[in-house]
Amino acid sequence: MIPVAFDYTKVNTVDEAVAALVSGGEDAKIIAGGQSLMPVLRLRMAAPEVVIDISDVAEMQGVSDAGDAIVIGAGTTHHAVMNDPLVKTHAPLIAMTTETVADPQIRHRGTFGGALAHADPAGDLPAAAVALDAVMTVAGPDGRRDIPAKDFFVDYFTTSLEPEDILVSIRIPKLGEGWAYHYEKFNRTAQGWAIVGVAAAVKRQNGSIEAARIGLTNMGPGPVRATSVEAALAGAAASDDAIAAAAENATDGTRATSDLHAKADYREHLAKVLTKRAVAKAAGV
Amino acid sequence: MTHVPISVTVDGTVYDGEVEPRTLLVHWLRDSLGRVGTVVGCDTSSCGACTVLLDGRSVKSCSVLAVQADGHSITTIQGLAEGEDNWHPVQTALKECHGLQCGYCTPGMVMSTVDLLSENPNPTEEEIREGLHGNLCRCTGYHNIVKSVQHAAEAMGGAK
Repeated sequence: MIPVAFDYTKVNTVDEAVAALVSGGEDAKIIAGGQSLMPVLRLRMAAPEVVIDISDVAEMQGVSDAGDAIVIGAGTTHHAVMNDPLVKTHAPLIAMTTETVADPQIRHRGTFGGALAHADPAGDLPAAAVALDAVMTVAGPDGRRDIPAKDFFVDYFTTSLEPEDILVSIRIPKLGEGWAYHYEKFNRTAQGWAIVGVAAAVKRQNGSIEAARIGLTNMGPGPVRATSVEAALAGAAASDDAIAAAAENATDGTRATSDLHAKADYREHLAKVLTKRAVAKAAGV
Repeated sequence: MTHVPISVTVDGTVYDGEVEPRTLLVHWLRDSLGRVGTVVGCDTSSCGACTVLLDGRSVKSCSVLAVQADGHSITTIQGLAEGEDNWHPVQTALKECHGLQCGYCTPGMVMSTVDLLSENPNPTEEEIREGLHGNLCRCTGYHNIVKSVQHAAEAMGGAK
């Protein structure tokens, strides 16, 4: 289908993007790679009056090393993120999760920041972002501010971004030595959307698990940090039985829904099974 | 409605035009340039039939605005062969391995394969299936398509 007509403006800086959002108001939409927005425009589920193209904003491209963290520009494509040496070295969970997003063509266009700001409950990256305590750097009319991932995702397709805000970059703290990672995802073959996904980071010491961080995809309106599983894993043996027992807590704090892909109770079952698999694979068990 | 000027290199030729901002790249290629080798399949970003290369990387041209291609280079299925008797090795491989039945998905399959082999000249079967994850074929299943990609990789000197 053909989108409803709109005006188009291309900006070169973050300040210009914010100014365009201020003048466009609620009828303005940001486009970068457009892999979330284009389907919505084509189906006429959205009909913005102005589309603001940020794909040439240099500041929002690429990955940099900030000492205790890496900083990923919001406009960096999935393909660039998953192949970036800094991401692979310091945030392998982001690279692994990104590899499962959609398909190669969409990863060539779609961006890291776009996927986070779109906040689709079936999107994979929000779970990895909350598991790693990512921090979103946001620009608005009053300047810049940081929003922790746990406060960024508010509801279905809803973040704490205000209508005149733009996500500029994402700071991923380095976890340091000793951590291993896995993203376990259950999805239909022909589509990349997760029915349920589990992002796991595990620190092993000798025969036990010292610490773990778990983020769940599509177990509620936004990503869920599985803190009960994390607590059960801390100090547990790195064994199948101990991991399976901890994974039984994976539904704590979740609000799974039923849709045409899966009923809520099936999602709850998947959350436990996939958490066990994700932690076991990350821990090398 | 305001039209926006664009200048896009398509299959080696620079085209200057004016488009409505809402124009999809695939519609501009087909309706304005007459390059109808690139087809619209699902129109929902799923099937990959409309895949072209944008600056050398595969993209779904139903999911890119023509205006976003301004200043960039597009390669379509019509830009691969060097002449009627001199097909691209990927095109030849699909023919020789019976990698198509109705042929509707084939332009997209070819473009995704060209991209895949440029990044990974000697892919495993699993890497081929993952590399073509964004292209759906509803006739054949994927067996002969995978075989075609392996054959093309060999012909292009990648396979060992």
